Amino acid sequence: MDQVGQRKIDGMWLTVVGIAVLFFLILPTLIVIPISFSGASFLEFPPKSFSLRWYEAYFSSPEWMSGTKTSLIAAVITTIIATPLGTLCAYGLHCSTPRVRNTLQILVIMPIVVPVILIAVGVFSLYAKLGLNYTLTGIIIAHTALALPFVIVTVMSGLQNYDFDQELAARSMGASRAVALWTITVPQVKFSIQTGAFLAFITSLDEVVISMMVSGGDNATITRRMFNSMRDHLDPTIAAISTCLIVVSVTALIGVQLIGRRKNIDK
Amino acid sequence: MSVTDIKDITQNPRNVKKLKAEERRESLTFLGLSMPAVLGILIIVFLPIFWLSSLSFYDAKGALSTENYARIFESALYKRTFVVTSQISITVTVICVLLGYPLCYWLTKMKDRTASILMIFVLVPFWTSILVRTYAWLVLLQRKGIINSSLVSLGIIDEPIQLAHNLTGSIIGMVHIMLPFLILPLYATMRGIDTDLVRAALGLGSTPRKAFWHVFFPMSLPGLFAGIVLVFILSLGFFVTPALLGGGRVQMLAQRIESTITIYSNWGAASALGVVLLLLAFVMIWLMNRVFGLDKLFMR
Amino acid sequence: MSKTQSKPIDILNLSKSYGPVKALDDVSLNISAGEFLTLLGPSGSGKTTLLMALAGFVRPDSGSIKFGEQEMIATAPQKRGLGMVFQSYALFPFMTVAENVAYPLRVRGVSKVDQKTRAERALDTVQLGGYGDRRISQLSGGQRQRVALARAIVFEPQIILMDEPLSALDKKLRDHMQIELKALHQKLDATVVYVTHDQREALTMSDRIAVVNHGRIEQIETPERLYRQPKSFFVADFIGESVSLPVQIINNIAQIDGHKLNSNLPIVKGAGVHRLVIRPELLEVVIGKVPKAANDLSGRVHEIIYQGDSILVIVQHEQLGLINVRVPANRAGQTGLPSKGERIALALHPEDTIIVPEHLS
Repeated sequence: MDQVGQRKIDGMWLTVVGIAVLFFLILPTLIVIPISFSGASFLEFPPKSFSLRWYEAYFSSPEWMSGTKTSLIAAVITTIIATPLGTLCAYGLHCSTPRVRNTLQILVIMPIVVPVILIAVGVFSLYAKLGLNYTLTGIIIAHTALALPFVIVTVMSGLQNYDFDQELAARSMGASRAVALWTITVPQVKFSIQTGAFLAFITSLDEVVISMMVSGGDNATITRRMFNSMRDHLDPTIAAISTCLIVVSVTALIGVQLIGRRKNIDK
Repeated sequence: MSVTDIKDITQNPRNVKKLKAEERRESLTFLGLSMPAVLGILIIVFLPIFWLSSLSFYDAKGALSTENYARIFESALYKRTFVVTSQISITVTVICVLLGYPLCYWLTKMKDRTASILMIFVLVPFWTSILVRTYAWLVLLQRKGIINSSLVSLGIIDEPIQLAHNLTGSIIGMVHIMLPFLILPLYATMRGIDTDLVRAALGLGSTPRKAFWHVFFPMSLPGLFAGIVLVFILSLGFFVTPALLGGGRVQMLAQRIESTITIYSNWGAASALGVVLLLLAFVMIWLMNRVFGLDKLFMR
Repeated sequence: MSKTQSKPIDILNLSKSYGPVKALDDVSLNISAGEFLTLLGPSGSGKTTLLMALAGFVRPDSGSIKFGEQEMIATAPQKRGLGMVFQSYALFPFMTVAENVAYPLRVRGVSKVDQKTRAERALDTVQLGGYGDRRISQLSGGQRQRVALARAIVFEPQIILMDEPLSALDKKLRDHMQIELKALHQKLDATVVYVTHDQREALTMSDRIAVVNHGRIEQIETPERLYRQPKSFFVADFIGESVSLPVQIINNIAQIDGHKLNSNLPIVKGAGVHRLVIRPELLEVVIGKVPKAANDLSGRVHEIIYQGDSILVIVQHEQLGLINVRVPANRAGQTGLPSKGERIALALHPEDTIIVPEHLS
């Protein structure tokens, strides 16, 4: 076969595989959405009837609602703590000497690099001594530690792309480092900070393994409840909960993409 | 020359102490800004794991010993866990490469705008909760699920096959979770490859296939390697998906650690297993740093 | 713009090393109040490091920097009371022009009303009156440069630092801005320290030029004296065009190829081989014989190159090689100019005979 023909066939195979993989990725993610609207009491696809009964089951269940409340509160407070702490840390690292920065950088990405199960076991035993197991405070502290690397990495890369001369200019004009940071640098890396905040929120909301060991009772997160439920049987209510979670995730994703676009417009 | 000038000259070199003090003060300020975050991570992540790891060096009576390590390396149960975990991790990694590489290559061949839009198909799963995705696979793979019913109606099989609550289901689920972790660094690297180089190869008389293998593929290796290492580490320590999709038949390292504690309260063995997992993770990270460079993580 | 009391700057034994590299090598310099001093040198010479040390953004290893009587070496940048223009302008893209210019006043707690008036006045001074409400993205390169300038002068600083502010502009705009900056300096009565690698820019604008090389100041002089009497080969080569030829110094008299050189200028002592620096416009094309008092560098015309405002004649000297001479492209310059291949008489007068060492000792 001649070269042009060969190329065309190769190209065709590539397209087929590409589309198949994309399909493989998106299908299971979105398939829970139609299932959640099914009227049947067992899981079937495609659903033969339309009903909101599973949403009713979700919103009227005290356990599911308690879990939702716990997770949302934890996620919000985690974001509120992790975002400023992480931003300041990123700034401090950015301005430090390379030696300090490289050492601390490794430390700071540990929560992402170390397998979560080990962190969960470790935190569980630490909390056992401090009496923090099954408390909201304990969950928030653990989630914050997990979310910090995401904020730090995001803000640090934003600082790399930022013309630091502007902060120097502000200081040459009479602004102290703190004033220059607040009035000049922060408004310009705010897109990175916002992205970091979104990441922190989603990380906390979706966190499973640590929550599984450390949250419980009244303070069980929704992820823990979902996990325990899935272990036993396939409750269609989870389809409804999943759809709600998908909406939150996609909203966050859209938010981040919009931030990215606004940043480029301003340039 | 005034009196002050003479005094200045004997003070040679000038102001060194003052300048060094200023430098120290500044370094400490920056360190101080980072400290809350760093301390938080140290206390929550480092300290407990450190302490747990040290636990692994004490036997049940509290004396220093390597009994725990001997146990896990000799016991058939734990040996099987290591083997199963490695096998699954390697399988998942290989499948991810086979699926992910062509996808990334396909994406680089199209216009940037189209590729960005198609990337949504990768980003949405990536941002979706792991529980949601695992649940979806539970639904899809069950005996009455859509995959089985389609296969039956297409005539490929006569009876529904067991796809969930076993090894197959675990692997399918894990591949689905891991794939974006391979795609994102690989695609980023591929986008940075200068297409002029491939065109130059074609211009010099190479066939498209040879140009790909000799020019493009080698340049995509750093990103591929980063993705492979990432997927492998995550697979080694994976908990949620194998626990839910494995139906109890699949016990990977993470699950073994959890059950050793919650069911058997055997902290010695669990901590030894944990240390092994940790070491494996660190070796992988070190490898990734050598080839890809951790710095790239911090730069866009 | 009201007149301010500009301050002198005294730099003493300033040193800064980055590992093995000496960015600043024991630099000492006195700048008079109200002077326009240019730091001129190639990339990596240390001129920007020196400027940044004055601003407080580079912390030297040792030394003293005084503004007037006050020691500033360990003072934070925001307390040094400087105005500064960066090479990239460093304008704040999310603020309007007026907000940019008013920023130094804002951080000093000046009232909003005063901020507005003084910002407008500064914009008028740089001929951008009425541009206050524009966004930075709407401005051209030259306009942005002027906003950066207005921002640096708005609070009437006594010392202004400029780091290659014109390097991003095209040639015509740059030439125009050089003259404007010079006029602005006279109006402001501030001490200006200006960094550039463009020697023509330095010659145009400065009261004095300090030539910087390898972290040291090679020579500091008024533009004319720097051009006419360079003290080292580096300075002679860096500033202005020249062809240089090695000479021998015997009994304190310079000789080239056995012939004695007549020079009115003192022969600078230094290390390495001495060189004769021939500036093309100083060589005189003589009709007839070269006068005895002058140095005879006659040869054959190798090439004639028309360059618009002047003509470059490349002359082949029998023993010394190629020498360049430049004549104005007008009637006077072109009268009696020999053609290619013909003999051409060249005279280098004693007051134009520059002899410099390879390095300063």
